[in-house]
Amino acid sequence: MQVKLEVNGKSCEATVEARTTLADCLRHELMLTGTHVGCEHGVCGACTVIVDGAAVRSCLMLAVQAVGHSVVTVEGISLPEGLTDLQASFRRNHALQCGFCTPGMLTTAHALLTHEPDASEERIRDVLSGNLCRCTGYIPIVQAVLEAREAYRPKS
Amino acid sequence: MKRDPIDTSTASRPLAGQAIERIEDLRFLRGEGQYLDDLTLPHMLHAVVVRSSLAHGTLRSIDATAALALPGVHAVITARDIGIPVPRIPMRLDVLDELHAYEQPVIAEHKVRYVGEPIAVVLADSPALAEDGADQLIVDIEPLPVVTTRGGEAPALLFEDTGRNLAVTLRAVRGEVDAIFRAAPYTRREHFSVQRHAAMPMEPRGLLAFWNAEASHLTILGACKVPHANRRVLAGQLGLPEAAIDMQENDVGGGFGARGEFYPEDYLIAFAARHARRPVKWVEDRREHLLATNHARDAECDLEIACTREGHILALRGHAHTDLGAYIRTNGVTPSRNIAQVCCGPYRIEHVQIDVSVHMTNKTPVGTYRGPGRFETDFFRERLLDIVAADLGLDRVAFRRANLVRSTDMPWSLPVVMPWGGGSECDSGDYASTLAHALREFDWDAKRALDGQLIDGRYHGIAIGCYLEGGASGPREGARLRLHDDGRVGVYVGSSSIGQGLETVFTQIACDALDIAPEDIAGIFHGSTRYVNEGFGAYSSRSTVMGGSAVVVVAAPFKEHIRAAAAPLLGCAPDQVSLARAIASGPHGETVSFRQIAEHRAQRAEPVQAEGHFASNRRTYSYGAHATHVAVDPGTGRVEVIDYVAVEDVGRIINPATLHGQALGAIVQGLGGVFLEHLVHDEHGQLLTASFADYLLPGACDFPNIRVFALEEHPSPNNPLGAKGAGEGGIIPVGGVIANAVASALRPLNVGIHELPLSPAKLWASIADVRHESAGTAS
Repeated sequence: MQVKLEVNGKSCEATVEARTTLADCLRHELMLTGTHVGCEHGVCGACTVIVDGAAVRSCLMLAVQAVGHSVVTVEGISLPEGLTDLQASFRRNHALQCGFCTPGMLTTAHALLTHEPDASEERIRDVLSGNLCRCTGYIPIVQAVLEAREAYRPKS
Repeated sequence: MKRDPIDTSTASRPLAGQAIERIEDLRFLRGEGQYLDDLTLPHMLHAVVVRSSLAHGTLRSIDATAALALPGVHAVITARDIGIPVPRIPMRLDVLDELHAYEQPVIAEHKVRYVGEPIAVVLADSPALAEDGADQLIVDIEPLPVVTTRGGEAPALLFEDTGRNLAVTLRAVRGEVDAIFRAAPYTRREHFSVQRHAAMPMEPRGLLAFWNAEASHLTILGACKVPHANRRVLAGQLGLPEAAIDMQENDVGGGFGARGEFYPEDYLIAFAARHARRPVKWVEDRREHLLATNHARDAECDLEIACTREGHILALRGHAHTDLGAYIRTNGVTPSRNIAQVCCGPYRIEHVQIDVSVHMTNKTPVGTYRGPGRFETDFFRERLLDIVAADLGLDRVAFRRANLVRSTDMPWSLPVVMPWGGGSECDSGDYASTLAHALREFDWDAKRALDGQLIDGRYHGIAIGCYLEGGASGPREGARLRLHDDGRVGVYVGSSSIGQGLETVFTQIACDALDIAPEDIAGIFHGSTRYVNEGFGAYSSRSTVMGGSAVVVVAAPFKEHIRAAAAPLLGCAPDQVSLARAIASGPHGETVSFRQIAEHRAQRAEPVQAEGHFASNRRTYSYGAHATHVAVDPGTGRVEVIDYVAVEDVGRIINPATLHGQALGAIVQGLGGVFLEHLVHDEHGQLLTASFADYLLPGACDFPNIRVFALEEHPSPNNPLGAKGAGEGGIIPVGGVIANAVASALRPLNVGIHELPLSPAKLWASIADVRHESAGTAS
């Protein structure tokens, strides 16, 4: 069936089956391959996207369920050139190695800091606990998100 | 390849030693990485591998009629289509003739030996349709008795022809243990075990194969770790010359030893592409990964030590048993071999004899996982050392320090492992120095007072352990440097990236070797059979040492070629040309840039390039010490790691940030193996932990208190960089150190720690058992 989705601020059309997950639709129909699929059962968090402002597992959501909602992927929180403050903080802190979990970490952190730019270290850890990383040991990721908070605070 | 310019305006030379931000990061952070499943080809089919649902059985029949009747399903491939006997997957490392009988067929022919063994491949227009097809397959397997444990009377043989489930017994030997043990003033024997767990990279495996019938040429995307070796295997199996196959690595979502070995799918997907005459993609799902990708660890050991009552270690002997699962794969006995060889660790033990018996069971085959065998054997040894220290009333630190290999002992020979023979030598180092450093950073003297104390309902314990990390295995690694038409230098290497920052580290090495800036490098081209004639790849912590040294070695002839190409432009002799910052200068100050040289050269046929290799069979040995402070809640069995300090000497640090990341990541993986990760099978050989809901990986909240310190006091004499393999050291001592800290915490309760994992349930049960016993004694 044809579905109309709003992805990264743009209206898109895709042909999906009723069983197609949002992750597969984003990756294989809309060719937004920044969203990664690591477990397909909602544990690893690599496929996290932002739906109406909330971090959501796109492997646990069907594409048809996204109709009428705003979806933002890692591509949607990137600039045409260079890195955002959040991404630059990840790079500076060596908060990624293989890069596979990174898009999910970024979308999760972006959703958190958009709502809670003063999130404590404990809160950041708690929210990131739904995203698995096998390379870094998490410490640099938490540090990167902590350092990125400033960029999400209202400019005085 | 998308490259982010590194801001080198302020970077001084050399680049090696600087924590330069990674080149790879730009594409990864923007969601522009190219992992296997991100790639598509026109007319591509999708493969699903149908796997055995029984652990042991006779394969009677496969009926594909209903599957083939589904719209969108194109083919079902079984052993019959390939031709029986189907190819076997040969051992790559530590080959032994008597083990060939245990090699895995690329698809089950007459028997299945583990849950997850491939029995058919369904090709369809989409992954979902291929799964629909797989569901329609009617597979008839007659069950056979299942072997899930070693020893006792085996209910069945996995391989009738060999007549045994014990594949081989290896022996590491040095000196004469038995005589020493007979005369020893003190001996102690204990039994230890480490559970089955696995590397578990975040990106599942995947392959995309494309057969060009006109050119008789096969292209495989998704290769990694050892593409040249895998090409050799595949070419032999398919009856093609090696030159007819290209293997190409893409971005790789973690390897840790498991990804990139030759698996059944490496043959099956290539075969399918040729069979279907269309590109075929296969991407593993997580449940499949848990069943099909190499498992690891799963070893137990009776270990016995002989020493004086003052704590001088005289000898070490033991017998370990490893459960290798259903087949011996590419590197199947490497972990077993390592258990034997490095059981003595960094200690000066003159007399050693460790036997390791390798057992076959109806489980997923075991392969290498970061620190293979070393993680297990370090747990056995370090735990035994603490038990002995407590028994003899020795200070744990002094006991270890007094027995460490001394810098004056270098090179120190490790035990020889039979039946291969041949030895390995520790290359350099001052093992007492990293121990002292760790004690200082940890503040051992202050924290000793906490040991065994019950504070707010939790028992506190501390421990420290020492380790060795063997790396940089030989024999060679290849590199090619080429001046591209735009004047930048292409660096082509036989090394592979498994997500560890190889492009950045090699950029630093190449820039220093050629005296050019990162923007003068066209790319680090790695992980492909197209780039160098001979390549070995990424295993045994060898990329930086072997591949990096190959770049250094090849830089010399490359610079000669540049000089020769520049000389006619400068009107001088080649030996009058000096090179600096991508500019060639003549004797009178005239200059040409690399770009001008390239433009001039582009008019001629042959490019300016040099290819060569770095060869060494002498391994590097990084070393260090880890210390930890834990608190154990006896009511729940939960352990908090309050502090964890790691100190390592890696000879020479190329990029402190990526090195730090390797150590930190490895430690947390090790902590996962100590507390959380366990692949559990039932008596039918069914995997009970086949999802991330049951197989627990460390999360962001679990281990926030880890401090890592890297030293470069003792460069390796075995390579021009002075570097040592450093990707695995972080994981090696974790089991021993944590277990000793937990045991030390629980000493007041007299709870013995002999097994991993130290999951809350298991630890709580051990504590409850002891309390129950002591309550029984009291009444």
